Amino acid sequence: MSDKKVALSDEKVDLIISILLRVGVVISSLTVLAGGLFYLLRHEEQTPNYHIFVGEPSQLTSVRGIIETATTLSGRGIIQLGLLILIATPIMRVAFTVVSFLIQKDRVYVGVTLIVLSVLLFSLTGGR
Amino acid sequence: MFSAFIFSGSLMAGFLGALTGLGGGVVIVPLLTLVFGVDIRYAIGASLVSVIATSSGAAAAYVKEGFSNIRLGMFLEMATTFGAFLGAGLAALISTKVIAVIFGIVLLYSAYLSFRGHEPDPEDAEDTPDFLAHSLHLDSSYPEGQVSVPYHVHHVPTGFSLMFLAGGLSGLLGIGSGAVKVLAMDQAMHIPFKVSTTTSNFMIGVTAAASAGVYLSRGYIDPGLAMPVMLGVVAGALLGSKVLANSKPTVLRIVFAVIIMNLGVEMIYNGMTGRI
Repeated sequence: MSDKKVALSDEKVDLIISILLRVGVVISSLTVLAGGLFYLLRHEEQTPNYHIFVGEPSQLTSVRGIIETATTLSGRGIIQLGLLILIATPIMRVAFTVVSFLIQKDRVYVGVTLIVLSVLLFSLTGGR
Repeated sequence: MFSAFIFSGSLMAGFLGALTGLGGGVVIVPLLTLVFGVDIRYAIGASLVSVIATSSGAAAAYVKEGFSNIRLGMFLEMATTFGAFLGAGLAALISTKVIAVIFGIVLLYSAYLSFRGHEPDPEDAEDTPDFLAHSLHLDSSYPEGQVSVPYHVHHVPTGFSLMFLAGGLSGLLGIGSGAVKVLAMDQAMHIPFKVSTTTSNFMIGVTAAASAGVYLSRGYIDPGLAMPVMLGVVAGALLGSKVLANSKPTVLRIVFAVIIMNLGVEMIYNGMTGRI
């Protein structure tokens, strides 16, 4: 293949993806950890009963709701924000790949990655 | 206290998962449901989160080494993410008992695979370019020492269908389905084992993100439960990868396979007797 002529080589793309994934996991882990400390120190852990399924309240299930809850410094909200960052990490990776295929002018794979990206974004809205 | 117990259990799961290469995901759900009595939907939500964390962490290392095939991964991710989306939707519709039984069957299958070990790659006799794989630019090469070894991809439709199944299982059960993914690439598509495992790991995070999106928006991801699970699994996986560098844990792999087999039987039993 004639990758060498392209400004953004496959190797460079690999390197950027690897940094992106690492940064995403570290930031989300730290956010979950911080939220966890809030959660435990403030005794938000009130004998949880996970045996009975009730589902989460709406402020912890949508992107906007989670960000709003986290800004009130609720432990559960901050943890959920960290989890959202974690879920966003592979999505960011796919988004970056779309861009890299665009730069490489690989039209077939711009299409492929756009399909993957839209399934991911659609699922985050619960398919509604 | 509850968080501390969950954290320790998840730490063990992540540690063993990394050491044996089976991933922590398969044991998190049985651990939470059988030992801690957590509803299986909450358990799957928490498991998915830990699957994304470990696979993204591991993929970060693999991608840099140049083993994973990004085009191949992206192409097959069309199948896995769509499968995962449907699987996660299905999880909301069918009874938790049925999910538990399916989970048990998958556990037994994983145990069987790890007992059998990895079969040698199929003969390279038919290593001629495949038309579909060639036109999709799926053929690539991987580094071995200083040379780069080229390889061809075969049976694209079969691999694609298996990936759809892998995605569906991932969404339904909250696991990475790494075993099915490797099976599809290594056995069906005749891709070198090292490329199969690293590309699979690379894909698991994206697949799990599709499922996790659905679970999050459905309210199946509880922060109080997911927090100790995620932190535990990540810490365990980090420890495991440090130890892995200088050991070949065949015995441990068998021990882990026996544990998985027992969990599988228990999941099926509890599912059938309606205790889950």
